[in-house]
Amino acid sequence: MARDRVMDFDKALELFEPVLGFEVHVELNTKTKMFSAAPNGFGDAPNTNISPVCLGLPGSLPVVNEQAVRYSISLGLALGCSIAPTSRFARKNYFYPDLAKNYQISQFDEPIAFEGQVDVELADGSVRTIPIERAHMEEDAGKLTHVGGATGRIQGAEYSLVDYNRAGVPLVEIVTKPIFGAEHDAPELAKAYVSTIRDIVIALGISDARMERGNLRCDANVSLRPRGQEKLGTRTETKNVNSLRSVERAVRYEIQRQAAILADGGTITQETRHWHEDTGTTSAGRPKSDADDYRYFPEPDLLPVVPSPELIEELRAALPEAPAIRRRRLKETWGFTDLEFQDVANGGLVAEVELTIAAGASPQAARKWWTGEISRLANVQGVEATSLVSPENVAALARLVEDGTLTDKLARQVLEGVVAGEGAPEEVVEKRGLAVVSDDGALIAAIDEALAAQPDVLAKIQDGKVQAAGAVIGAVMKAMRGQADAARVRELILERAAQP
Amino acid sequence: MSEISEQQVAHLANLARIALTPEEISSLTSELDTIVDSIAKVQEVATPDVPATSHPVPLQNVFRDDVVGQTLTTEQALANAPESADGRFKVSAILGEEQ
Repeated sequence: MARDRVMDFDKALELFEPVLGFEVHVELNTKTKMFSAAPNGFGDAPNTNISPVCLGLPGSLPVVNEQAVRYSISLGLALGCSIAPTSRFARKNYFYPDLAKNYQISQFDEPIAFEGQVDVELADGSVRTIPIERAHMEEDAGKLTHVGGATGRIQGAEYSLVDYNRAGVPLVEIVTKPIFGAEHDAPELAKAYVSTIRDIVIALGISDARMERGNLRCDANVSLRPRGQEKLGTRTETKNVNSLRSVERAVRYEIQRQAAILADGGTITQETRHWHEDTGTTSAGRPKSDADDYRYFPEPDLLPVVPSPELIEELRAALPEAPAIRRRRLKETWGFTDLEFQDVANGGLVAEVELTIAAGASPQAARKWWTGEISRLANVQGVEATSLVSPENVAALARLVEDGTLTDKLARQVLEGVVAGEGAPEEVVEKRGLAVVSDDGALIAAIDEALAAQPDVLAKIQDGKVQAAGAVIGAVMKAMRGQADAARVRELILERAAQP
Repeated sequence: MSEISEQQVAHLANLARIALTPEEISSLTSELDTIVDSIAKVQEVATPDVPATSHPVPLQNVFRDDVVGQTLTTEQALANAPESADGRFKVSAILGEEQ
């Protein structure tokens, strides 16, 4: 596949104004699905969380999950939206085996929430307001695995296998209005917007919001228009960009790619595009076609949702504070410097640090782990830090360092074990035998052995040249496979050397 | 007056994955046209104070508690599948994409 030409980012911004738009899908963490009592679970064996409704079997009828409606209203309110006095479900008709019914139950012209706005903070502390068009309820689709073909992608596949566990999981789709004026900040704003949505749904407690599991998925719309032109350019929709880092990169890439085409006198095709994490590029997906006629009509199997003003006010009163206010409060509570907090916020790690502290870690330990070693590992692996380890495990790790079971160095090895799926930190310590040897008896035995092997060093120490102990510390640490506290070893060496 | 064209019927048939002969398209076009005309009559009497109705029954907010109920076993789920493999439905490779 030929690589698309791209234009230098700054040059592209000189010639064109980028206009953005986002569709973010949020999977709600209800116990059951949107329209059936089948469990809403992740990682279970294929086709186990299934009811007749999930399969669209004849005679099966959907019934709305009340909790999902409450969550959707809360999210709508948190996005500053109006809640529709009457909202209806609609059928979106299409033929694709990710849903067995040949339609998706969604909302069309009567979404539960509409006309809102979200404040998004950039790294430099400036705040941009993102206009929200609507947030509507719908059901997620099943998962297809394409078998055969070189890449596991649909191109060249021999057949596909369908798991309907995810079919019917409650989703809220948040659609922005066109976003103008982002200019050079467009890529960063894209990331900050998705990060803010993530913070909001985590604060509301309505979604696990783990992007690597698809709990939160972003489609990024990008179009360019020549400077001074009123009319919007043709947009592309880059689908399923599933990490904060990728959202930023995908928007930057699309701006550069479209600019190169337009500057050459070419035209942009209105199409979906696929994001490729490995190459940092997008490729053409499906162009808009006749098949995109979804023939929406009101879902005859479901009745209108008419939330009472009392319910809306109850949910409004229970809303968590707005992200910007929350960030200021957290920064103060945690005692972070501006720089420390920015590090956490720019990494999209505010919620993780908060959860880690809630699980028992000190604010500084939580910050250091997330912005330090965990982010480093994530970078090496090209994944999101949040996908590597849970806040609970980070807190457990911090605890093991605090109580002296692990040194920082050992703790990093334990973290690697946790990331590799070897279990919780305690289990990794156990399995790998990584705990610090705090048994003085074992240390003394190793020290005596090392001193006996190096009589000249012993003589030097006894002569008062205590820095000579370094050579013995090295030998003892080696014998202990690094699992000793060097300061304690040094103390003991001096003690032993002093004995006649 | 004809509201529905044969092209529209052919387009709909294509979207709905229904193979129609030219004769069927022709007869369906006139049938659908009659239906559209009849509905247009209803629309004439609907004044602005009559809200659009999607359901004949005056019910709303029919909800279910978020409590896990009965599920099918994988075997039951796959019982009517023409083909299955690895606990999953096997379908022919589709030229197209997720929506």
